[in-house]
Amino acid sequence: MEIHMDNWTFGFTMIIVGMGGTLAVLALFAVFMVLLKKIFPFREENTK
Amino acid sequence: MFNAIVDGLSGLGSGFINMHWSNPVMIALGGLLLYLGIKKDVEPLLLVPIGFGAILVNIPLAGLMEEGGFLRTIYNMGVANELFPLLIFIGIGAMTDFGPLLENPKIFLLGAAGQFGIFLTIGLALFFGFTKLDAVAIGVIGACDGPTAIYVTAKYAPHLLGAVSVAAYSYMSLVPIIQPPIMRLLTTEKERVISMDTNTHPASKTAKIVFPIVITVVGGFIAPKGLPLLGTIMLGNLMRESGVVSRLAKASENEIANVVTLFLGISIGASMSGPLFLKPQTLLILAFGFFAICLDTACGVLFGKLMNAMTGGKINPLIGAAGISAYPMAARVVQKEGQKYNKFNFLLMHAVGANTGGQVGSVMAAAIMLSVLQGMGLIP
Repeated sequence: MEIHMDNWTFGFTMIIVGMGGTLAVLALFAVFMVLLKKIFPFREENTK
Repeated sequence: MFNAIVDGLSGLGSGFINMHWSNPVMIALGGLLLYLGIKKDVEPLLLVPIGFGAILVNIPLAGLMEEGGFLRTIYNMGVANELFPLLIFIGIGAMTDFGPLLENPKIFLLGAAGQFGIFLTIGLALFFGFTKLDAVAIGVIGACDGPTAIYVTAKYAPHLLGAVSVAAYSYMSLVPIIQPPIMRLLTTEKERVISMDTNTHPASKTAKIVFPIVITVVGGFIAPKGLPLLGTIMLGNLMRESGVVSRLAKASENEIANVVTLFLGISIGASMSGPLFLKPQTLLILAFGFFAICLDTACGVLFGKLMNAMTGGKINPLIGAAGISAYPMAARVVQKEGQKYNKFNFLLMHAVGANTGGQVGSVMAAAIMLSVLQGMGLIP
């Protein structure tokens, strides 16, 4: 069901949720990357 | 007999008789795109087929974009159903090395900040009277990512496809001109000469293989509407990093990407018929697109300054400009600007990390945007 909202509300929502959401998700990805590097650490023999 | 000859002859030159005033203007515009692509080397892989497609579609009575016409067939085959941008994304994923990003994961945040211009531009477009979905298609020019812009626009604002695509690809190639003044304006001399840590913390091969899988699953659950975009770029990257399907990875980044680029370009050109393209709003769209990329750059650099302050001066704010998705051009711009002020400063790998973060950032920004629209009931 479509939520009727005026353009101001829509724009404000997109700005806050869009910017905040993108930042939060990529911060979460960064955390996952740190965990991945801890779980699968780099070893010199990996390059062979 | 005489009438038959006259009737037959009347078929010749009918293109001229049925010409709309916008047709020669668009043919000239197509010629300009060809000039930019061929002579000036501005994104030739896209601008050449787009320019020629624009010329073809503006010759009247040829029926190329009517049902059954060959341009309509190609358009329906891969643009109307968003297939072509997704296939190109597989190739982009196969070409992208996320190693520099994995070495310094906090750089990912710059990839997020580099997308803020998208949302700010949506607000601006709404203020100027565009509808919600049109504003979203205009804002996504700021993703600085052709396939993402085409995917969103073809689905939700197909009447803007020509303008949005031309804006997205043209401005991407203008990044070396657009970014440096903004970078200089927002940074101090002291900040520009900051050298960043060159000690590397590389990721293992296993981490590089698991990375695209984790990103796809986590990102897909958070913003399911963007999974086609996220999944395809990560599939390409997985093929690259696994090392066991090099034939598929090579085909994705070469043969498939080349064929699809041709079809996509000519289809976009085919959407640029004069009556659709030549409207005052097209100029506004081009202006907003430029504004979006400027805002992306500004937000990236400002976030870089914030990160610099929070890390005690370890991050050169210039690399924030690489948080946009114009890969690898934005990274090269940062390297060049950094070396103007400190010729011993090698920011390239950090900038590449931010740039690849921007690629994921642009996809996630679009995914979040589409999921929010779905949540509001504006799209199915």
